[in-house]
Amino acid sequence: MNVSYQWLSQYIDVSGVSADELAERITRAGIEIDVVQNRNQGLDHIVVGYVVSREKHPDADKLNVCKVDVGAEEHLQIVCGAANVDAGQHVPVAQIGAVMPGGMKIKRAKLRGVESQGMICSAKELGLNDKLLPKHMQEGILVLPSDLTIGTSIADVLDLNDHVMEFDLTPNRSDCLSMIGAAYEVGAILNRPVTLPTISVEEIGEAASEKIRVNISADHACSLYTARYVKGVKVGQSPLWLQNRLLAAGVRPINNIVDVTNFVMLEYGQPLHAFDAAQIAGSSIDVRMAREGETLVTLDGQERKLEPHMLVIADAEKAIALAGVMGGENSEVTEATVDIVLESAKFDGGIVRKTSRQLGLRSEASLRFEKSVNLEHVVPAIDRAAELIRTIAGGAVANGVVQQQVGAHERKVVRLSLEKTNRMLGTSLTAADVQSILERLVFDVKTVEEGVFEVTVPSRRGDITLDVDLIEEVARLFGYDNIPTTPIEGATTPGSLTKSQRVRRAIRRLLTDGGLHEALTYSFTHPEETKLFPALAGNAKPVALAMPMSEDRSVLRTSLIPSLLDVATHNRNRKQEDVHLFEMSSLYLTEESELTKQPEEKLVLAVLLTGNRQQAQWNVKPEAVDFFDLKGIVDSVVSYLGLSGRVRYEANRPVGYHPGRSASLYLKTNDGEQLLGTLGQIHPDLQRSKDLADTFVAELEIEALVAQADFTIEYKTLPRFPSVERDLAIVMDRQAEMGRILDQAAAAAESWLESIRVFDVYTGDRIASDKKSVAISLVYRHPERTFTDEEITEIHGRVIAAIEAEGAELRK
Amino acid sequence: MKERLEALRTEALAMLEQVQDVQQLNDLRVKYLGKKGALTEILRGMGSLSAEERPVIGQVANVVRDSIEARLQELQEAFIREETERKLQAETIDVTLPGRPMARGSVHPLSKVTQELEDIFIGMGYQVAEGPEVEQDYYNFEALNLPKDHPARDMQDSFYITEELLMRTQTSPVQVRTMELMNGKPVKVVCPGRVYRRDDDDATHSFMFHQIEGLVIDRNIRMSDLKGTLLQFVKEMFGSHMQIRLRPSFFPFTEPSVEVDVTCVQCKGNGCRMCKQTGWLEILGCGMVHPKVLEMGGYDPEQYSGFAFGMGIERIALLKYGIDDIRHFYTNDVRFLQQFDRM
Repeated sequence: MNVSYQWLSQYIDVSGVSADELAERITRAGIEIDVVQNRNQGLDHIVVGYVVSREKHPDADKLNVCKVDVGAEEHLQIVCGAANVDAGQHVPVAQIGAVMPGGMKIKRAKLRGVESQGMICSAKELGLNDKLLPKHMQEGILVLPSDLTIGTSIADVLDLNDHVMEFDLTPNRSDCLSMIGAAYEVGAILNRPVTLPTISVEEIGEAASEKIRVNISADHACSLYTARYVKGVKVGQSPLWLQNRLLAAGVRPINNIVDVTNFVMLEYGQPLHAFDAAQIAGSSIDVRMAREGETLVTLDGQERKLEPHMLVIADAEKAIALAGVMGGENSEVTEATVDIVLESAKFDGGIVRKTSRQLGLRSEASLRFEKSVNLEHVVPAIDRAAELIRTIAGGAVANGVVQQQVGAHERKVVRLSLEKTNRMLGTSLTAADVQSILERLVFDVKTVEEGVFEVTVPSRRGDITLDVDLIEEVARLFGYDNIPTTPIEGATTPGSLTKSQRVRRAIRRLLTDGGLHEALTYSFTHPEETKLFPALAGNAKPVALAMPMSEDRSVLRTSLIPSLLDVATHNRNRKQEDVHLFEMSSLYLTEESELTKQPEEKLVLAVLLTGNRQQAQWNVKPEAVDFFDLKGIVDSVVSYLGLSGRVRYEANRPVGYHPGRSASLYLKTNDGEQLLGTLGQIHPDLQRSKDLADTFVAELEIEALVAQADFTIEYKTLPRFPSVERDLAIVMDRQAEMGRILDQAAAAAESWLESIRVFDVYTGDRIASDKKSVAISLVYRHPERTFTDEEITEIHGRVIAAIEAEGAELRK
Repeated sequence: MKERLEALRTEALAMLEQVQDVQQLNDLRVKYLGKKGALTEILRGMGSLSAEERPVIGQVANVVRDSIEARLQELQEAFIREETERKLQAETIDVTLPGRPMARGSVHPLSKVTQELEDIFIGMGYQVAEGPEVEQDYYNFEALNLPKDHPARDMQDSFYITEELLMRTQTSPVQVRTMELMNGKPVKVVCPGRVYRRDDDDATHSFMFHQIEGLVIDRNIRMSDLKGTLLQFVKEMFGSHMQIRLRPSFFPFTEPSVEVDVTCVQCKGNGCRMCKQTGWLEILGCGMVHPKVLEMGGYDPEQYSGFAFGMGIERIALLKYGIDDIRHFYTNDVRFLQQFDRM
């Protein structure tokens, strides 16, 4: 809502408070004003002039040489390029010395050899928003009404010595969608009274009810409908003062009838509509729901298919307007219109909202109905409009307001306790303080017992229904800054994180300390991307948005890996080839094809490695990351959470990965084991399509880790007896899994084995091509004494036998 | 004999001055002071001396030995010093060459800010609560006093999945869930998480972003407590010079509702471009929990009261680090992420 300071001053005395200061005080009291626009952008030395004569420029086809009377002794000679300039016009003239709103200085000049002593201005040059002006006023110079006094300042003529405050209204403050509403707000802030316009309609004897009948059929959708009949109007341009008001509010002037309805809407917040009375069949108006299959061509020329949930204004035969949204072309006021029917009503906000949204028709009127108009303004607004039309457009106002009301109207009464007010706010206001604040808002306050008020809320403040609403009014006008600052009283509580949150922090710390960067990527993705890495999703289907903004972001992801791959590609395209990332976010999984309940949100950890381990420098060799870097990270996470020895890797070719360089990971639990995740190199085809070098990814379920994570650390006494170390070189099939041999060896050594370590793996010329040689080092220790040679030989023998039982040979 | 001793000394000292290395030095030691050395040789003749002469000559012999030995020692030390010096010289490295870097990753700036915020509130006695991102209309809107067709639903266009399910537009539904969970007991939680709104992405808007909300419910929670809490939070987050300023606002789930400005982090309140010369930055919304929300959450609004606050984590991170484009958070350019590898 654009509130003109000058217009506002018609209803409230704002003297002594500048527009900027007022805007600041309004903002601090709850309605944000971001912009205060000065409408006078430099209009000194610009006055009303009269074009005495116009002649063609001797040397330029498109230029005119005008003699202009600006009220000075001598006429000015002005060269003007506008095609529409002519003798006999009143026009804005910028004299020598003027600095135009655009910054241009008007100086004495010669144009093609002819002296020019000023400039005749267009609307735009004066700083008017020319988009709001009718075509004929946008093009060429601005032709002013002929009744203006020559030499008058243009700023006065166009009411441009004004500021416009842009009210950024929250949805509860629709009361300020009107100048009067704004005046009440300012009145409460400044503690000054509001003066409403005095309205007395000069009526003729003929009764309006003879000319038009109204009926509300849809009584759930309209609580009050009023109409007035005005005979013999002359449709034409509005007077300048009215146009100026509308322009200040940012509303386009159209003709005197429409302009009056808009003016009154801005003034009272009550949208009005004018019908051409001759087009209303049967001289009757019915407020009813639209009929199945009914259509209406609205004022914008569009044919609208109506539905039974839409409210229409209808005559005896047809719909003539979409109630509260837009009028119909069939009853539009045109230049041929003689008699009009004015409408002022209160339509149901929800119905207007639904219709305007569905049809994509949102107007100043629908905006106000949606937020509910003030029932008590319906009649004053129509009276105000009728009287203005009579004075501006001529015509005679028929006697009386024809109206129908549904139910009775009562003002709301809210009880407020002083004790609760102070208890909620932490203040120590007195009854007098509270009463005076509420009275500044022109609320009627009655003390029913000590410290308890009965507050009658004016109908303009539909947002106030509860005592807390009144407490907010008290607080904001008392000033939020005046409320004390206190600590919470009562017992202190210990703050904490859940186990899941602690585990995620632990993982984040471990991985960032290990050199990985944490990424965060979007939850939405392309449906195709959800098919790439299905391991953790299982049979789940991706959840689709009902109205996605694009195909690329139309479903919820079922794996984090594709998102991280995109991050890697982004970086690679920018010459950042070594990318080591992780992300902890949710997957969204459902078994349902039509969602009836919330999907499962599965927290996962995804890791991505590509490029070199570290950037090469004089003492760091460039070494590409490989599967075992990734596996080392996964193992670290597992062991950091106290779960080493509880996982098993299985090379079972998970989808999306290089079949020979990937695995699934299982976590052993009390009742068996569960899939924890997958890891490996992504499939070379995918690598190519994503334009990536060898890229390794892992994806693990976090909640599975959380459930099993064990934070207890149990100290073991340091060994007091020496250990025995034995190395073995094992030759085995290249395809065979060393993990199995290590497990068997460990099992065979029972508790005597302290550690087992793979220190070399060899494939090459010195052994058969289908074999690999693995060297391991075993450390045995007895906790209570030193092993004898015989004992070691016996234990180590069992280990060797176990290894050989797996089909491996010892290398001699 | 005395003369011979003196001559020996003169000769030995002269020879020592010629020495080039430790080897020659040792040779001379053997030659003059060894068991079969020149001094021993001379002293062998002591037997032929008279009883009066012996101590005198003995004395002279000691002086001669000491002076040779002292010189030998001096030279020896010099040679060792020289040797060490040479070795150190040879071992010298260029310490200005770069060190072998220790791998260092980075916490995402949004996680970093979230953790900081969580820690501040944990220190003030809050629990950290989380909830689903795909949320029921009831929790996201209705239980927060936003019935269907409420005009305030316009404020945030949402991503619906079905009529009843949507991507949560705020973290407030977690508040409702927490109230249900606490079942009438006092509440003190912060709820961080992802939220979604139908917005075209640009430098300051993102369809997905993060919020953190707080909720405190107990008997006798006052608006002044809300102010106290926020002031403490702001000082811990941005520094002790920070001030807050409250402006009345509107949220359907709070009454009174408040918009909070803090001292501009860039100009410290003097006015700059970031704060549009006002000295203040808007960073959070809050208010006293609306009685309808309390009721729906199972609390009697005549017995209990509470406050709630919420802020955008991206906004805090943008301000804290001076980041110019919100999209950086989701692009994850390594050059961007690396900048947050510090405390």
